[in-house]
This record gives sequence, structure tokens and C-alpha cells, in this order.
Amino acid sequence: MPNMQLTKTPAKEQDPKARAKNFKEVSSCYTEEEALNEAQRCLNCKNKPCVSGCPVGVRIPEFIEKIREGCISEAYDIIKTTNGLPAVCGRVCPQESQCESKCVRGIKGEPVGIGRLERFCADYMADKASAPEKPQPNGHRVAIVGSGPSGLSCASDLAKLGYEVTVFEAFHTAGGVLMYGIPEFRLPKATVQREIDGLKALGVKVETDMVIGKILSVDELFDDGFEAVFIGTGAGLPNFMGIPGESLVGVFSANEYLTRTNLMKAYLDDYDTPIAKSSKVAVVGGGNVAMDAARSALRLGADKVYIVYRRSADEMPARREEVHHAGEEGIEFKYLTNPTEILDDGNGRVKGLKCVKMELTEPDQSGRRGVRPIENSEFEIEADAVIMAIGTSPNPLIRSTTPGLETNRRGCFIVDENMLTSREGVYAGGDAVTGAATVILAMGAGKQAAKAIDEYIKNK
Amino acid sequence: MYKILKKKELNAQVTLMELEAPLIAKKALAGQFIIFRIDEFGERIPLTIADYDREKGTVTIIFQKVGRSTIMLGNLNEGDSILDLVGPLGVPTEIPEGAKKVAVIGGGVGCAIAYPQAKALYNVGVEVDVIAGFRSRDIVILEDEMRAVSKNLYITTDDGTYGMKGFVTNKLQELIDAGNKYDCVIAIGPVPMMKFVCAVTKPYGIKTIVSLNPIMIDGTGMCGGCRVRVGGQIKYACVDGPDFDGHEVDFDELMHRNSAYKEQEQHDREHICRLTGGAVNA
Repeated sequence: MPNMQLTKTPAKEQDPKARAKNFKEVSSCYTEEEALNEAQRCLNCKNKPCVSGCPVGVRIPEFIEKIREGCISEAYDIIKTTNGLPAVCGRVCPQESQCESKCVRGIKGEPVGIGRLERFCADYMADKASAPEKPQPNGHRVAIVGSGPSGLSCASDLAKLGYEVTVFEAFHTAGGVLMYGIPEFRLPKATVQREIDGLKALGVKVETDMVIGKILSVDELFDDGFEAVFIGTGAGLPNFMGIPGESLVGVFSANEYLTRTNLMKAYLDDYDTPIAKSSKVAVVGGGNVAMDAARSALRLGADKVYIVYRRSADEMPARREEVHHAGEEGIEFKYLTNPTEILDDGNGRVKGLKCVKMELTEPDQSGRRGVRPIENSEFEIEADAVIMAIGTSPNPLIRSTTPGLETNRRGCFIVDENMLTSREGVYAGGDAVTGAATVILAMGAGKQAAKAIDEYIKNK
Repeated sequence: MYKILKKKELNAQVTLMELEAPLIAKKALAGQFIIFRIDEFGERIPLTIADYDREKGTVTIIFQKVGRSTIMLGNLNEGDSILDLVGPLGVPTEIPEGAKKVAVIGGGVGCAIAYPQAKALYNVGVEVDVIAGFRSRDIVILEDEMRAVSKNLYITTDDGTYGMKGFVTNKLQELIDAGNKYDCVIAIGPVPMMKFVCAVTKPYGIKTIVSLNPIMIDGTGMCGGCRVRVGGQIKYACVDGPDFDGHEVDFDELMHRNSAYKEQEQHDREHICRLTGGAVNA
């Protein structure tokens, strides 16, 4: 008999007051008992609606069944057949709009905690999984540009097929947004590092400090003997609003703020990275990056942190759990509020944010509700730092140095259904193709490209 | 790891280092920069490439020991290695086509970058006048080198202990007044110096190229920290620069932005003094 409890088995969480002052992970991993209890909520539906909601098609009911049987190692292996980064996905996937949104249990009550169970398997196996067997080399070389989620999943699948894979990373640490963007309290860096070490054990070479497009061009990679190139360079260029005051000291892109904090570990005394010590911080935007920046600011010692978002709570694109956690930690949400100017303290530093109230309009053709400013509703928010988290665009370094590589109006690479770009042998995926999206979609694209690259090289 | 093959103190504050980095050396061009990081705990610090040797596979940097990381780098020796070196970043310097006579102006440690610019121009037959400004005689660097690649080398010192007493702008004005017709001026040095050089050249419409050095992290356009206002538009010095048309640059805003971490930097310097027993240049 399945467990008919209507709500998910809770995962232990750090007390909001305490965690708002540290960078330790917010949620704990399920214990074996908790995992078993939650696994028993799965009805093992024949038509597996949850799987259709997963961009990489994780065999969800099968792995949950293994947990029920107490065979965690087998559950983990099942996940690993389609998902190279379960410890990451279990933590950062927007399950509520993917697998869990399709779960039958969600019709009455909460869906099965698929994300938590996935994380449980990965964490449980972290120190138990044996080193993967190095596949027989097939003698073909593939270059991967960018070591974020799309690049890592592409590398993983190709390495398993015996390809000699080299991943090039511009930063000094591999992992892309998993390392520089998503904070420690949501995705511990040791977890990401373990996944990367796993790839290295498969024989994948990782070369850091390599800005492709500068030190080597894509064409030079082919000259060096790589037979195919996958571009997973993400969407790294931060957008600003174009309002007055954005050049004041104390205005940051979320990328800068998060990179200083996560990658450069500004929150640890041992590191030399400087970061603004701010007391009142306004974060502009409503996505996961905005939540991450706001919650990081709080942990870096801010007394007051605002999220300033021009639409209402319902339109907010961030993961529900992050919004919930942010609220618990004391972050104040200013909905239907749009900044019009960042105010100068007279010395070139931020002293506040001038905003206007917004109202929702009827949904447009895409179904999304727009907003328009309400006349004479201007007001000011006091702040000594403003963080812009309003999206990013793809980096032009590759497209400007690779002849024949087509991009769209927004600078995203144009690819066909096999992730092939307009250049033979050059594939692309992840945010570099879609614009800023999720970790799991990027991983799905990396996998698809790996399959296409394998076909391409085999048929050459 | 990137090995330090050569180290030379140019004056009490300024050090030259040759680093082993064959791939960067192969691609580097005048005006581009690198980012270094000493160790796992270090900052990422951008420095313009002072020279490169494609055959030896080396990149030369010249830096002033002003902040924590440059002081720590200065404390390393030949044979030591640093953890990270990224480059070549940024867009190479573009000299206006057909320029026959160019004034290259360096201020202090900026001469480290002005020198290779002068050398590149001199080697293709351009008539080069170099104006090099320093606070005082004891910190003059690269004098012989700059003399070798210029038709005329003019040195100015703020206190008059060497060369002409005054600023580079005084000398530039004097040369223009004396009838010198420059097709282009390249100015590299402290932000106020570049600002005032541009003020001198603007009335004459002399194209003036400046090399900016704002605060940045990645050097690939990702952090947006290095944004500068050029011609009213926001540009990223790391990917759009570091060279810009000086007449279009908002220098005052740049100076403000560069002061963002001044207090922390001061604190760090004192901390290093304690670490090294009081000597900043130990």
C-alpha cells in the first residue's frame, strides 16, 4: 500500500534566523527513513507522467521503486543513465514546473518530492559510488567550450562513448554558473566539484584559464585535431536597465556580486576578494538569480534586503522554494514596483532607489500579463547597494571570432534540432542558444548535442 | 601554473616580470591585457601586456605595487609560479591608418605600456615623440628603452628633479605650440593625466587614444564591473576596450568607480605591512 500522506515528507532546514547569517546549505538531505517514507508516496503510475516533465527523461518511478526496496545504489545508477549531475539537479531544478507538476499525487495534496529523492540518492552515494570505469578510447577528439551544465553533460555523455574530451573554461575554476552563480547555501561547491572530479575520472580533460575566441579560436581547435566542437558558453553578459545612476559606486550586476561571493569566496576571511559591505540592499528582478543575490547580501551582513519586481508574486519566475526561503529569511518583496533612477549621495555612491508603482494589464497573446506605471506613484527606497538581476545575454566572444557562425537578433546561436550550428562540426546548447534558462534545460541540450556529435563523427 | 622567468625592479615601487605563457605569447598584441591570480585565495587582477616574445613563449608585465595582490606578486621571485594567467584579453590598439607622426605619452608606471606602443609604431616607420612624466627623478623608468624607439624623448617631473619641471600636458602643449603636427596621441597613465591630455588635444581635433584600467573580475564581459561611459554609451573596458577614444570618455565617472574599494585596499595594505614586518616592498 502506498503512503497516502497528502504532503511531502519534510526535509530538515536550518532555522531561517540562523541561516540568514551563514552560507551553509539551507535544506538537509533526507535520512534513509525519510527517503523511504517519501518513496512510498509514489504510485508507480504506468504512464509515468513525471518522466515526460523531465528535460532529460530521468526514469523517475524506477529509481523511486529502488529506494523503496532499499537499493539506493541501484536507484542512483538508474538516475545516472540519463542525468550526469543528480546532486545538482536534485537541488536546483524547478521541479514544481517540471516532473513534480505532472505527478498524480499533486492533484490532491502535494506531489512526490522527486527532487528531494534525487538529491538523497546522490548525497547517499557521494562517498560510496565506485570510480566509473574508463571507457575504451575510440580515438576521436571533441572540444567543449564552457564548463557549465550543458558542457559538462555533453562531456560526460561523449566520454562514456570513448571520446577524448577536452573542456575549456575561461575562469580559473570549472563549473560555470554552478560555481560562480548559484550560492553555496543552495548548491555546495564541494558537491559541484565532486561531479567534475567524476568527469575527470572518466578521462575528461579540463583546461581552465582558456578564453576561447581569444587564446584559441574555434577554427584553431579544429586545426589542433578536434573533430567536433560543442559551444556551451552560456549567457554571461549582464543586462542593465539603462536608468540614470547605474554607474554609481554600489551598483552591481548580479553576476559581479555573485561571482565575488561564490567563485571568489568573498564571504571567507582567507580570501582576498573585496566586496561591498552594505547595510540596505535593493535587488532588482524576480528570477532565481535575484533571490540568490538578495539572500547572499543578507548573509554578507546587510540589515535590510529588498526584492524589487515590476510584476506581482504570481508572475515571478523564481523557483517557489527560493521565494519561500527568501521570505522566511526576512527579505522584503516590493511587488509591482519598477526602478526609475538610482540616487546619488553626492559623492558618487548609491543612497537609494527611486521607483514607480506598476499595475498589471490584461494578458497578451502569450498569456503573460504586462505592466504599466501608475501615474504620480513615485517613491524612494533607501539603499546603499543596488544589484541588477534582470537577465543576461550571450557572450559575443565566440560569435565575433568564428566566421560563418550564425546568431539571432539577441546574439544566441542558431541551431537545428540536433543542436548543430551553421558551421559543420560545431554544435551549441544551453543558455548560449536559448538565452538565460535553467540548469536542466542546458543539460538536456548538452546530451542531445553529444548524441548528434557521436552520429556525426561516426558517419564522417 | 605560470612560472616567473625573470624579475627586475625598475624602481622602488615598480617591478618587471617575464612569465612563461606560450599560448598567450603566441596571440598577444599591443594594447591587450592579462588577468593574473597568485594563488587560490588571490584576487583576479588585470594588467596590460608590456611585451611578449612569441619564440620564447613569454609575456612581460610591469606593475606598481599598490594593492594587496601587486605587493604579493612583487614578493615572488624568479623560479616561483603563479596559479592563473588568462589572456590575451581586450581589443588590440588600433592606430589611425596613415598616421605619420604620433605622440606617445606615459605617466609613471603607464610608461610600461606607452613604451611597447611607441616601439610598435617606431618599428613600422612612424615618427614617434615620447613624453614621459614622473613625480620625481628617483622613479624614472625605461628611459633608455623609450629613447631607443622615439625621435624625441621628453621627460617631465612634477618636482623638477629631472627633465622639464611640470606635467606631460605642459610639454605636449609646448610641442603643439611649437608647430608639431601630430596625427594621433596615445596617452597611458593615471586617469587624471589621461583626462588632461585629452583636454589639451581636443581643441586641435587630434585623435587621442587612452587605455583604461577599471575594476573588473573576469575580463570577458561577464561581471559588468568595468563599465565605462564612452560617448554617452556604456562600454565594457574588458571586451570593448581597454583602448577608447579619449575625447569620448567620461573620466570623472571612471575615477569614482575606481575608488569603490579604496577603504578596503587601505586596510589590506596595512595588513600586509604587518605580515611583512612593516615593509611594503619586502
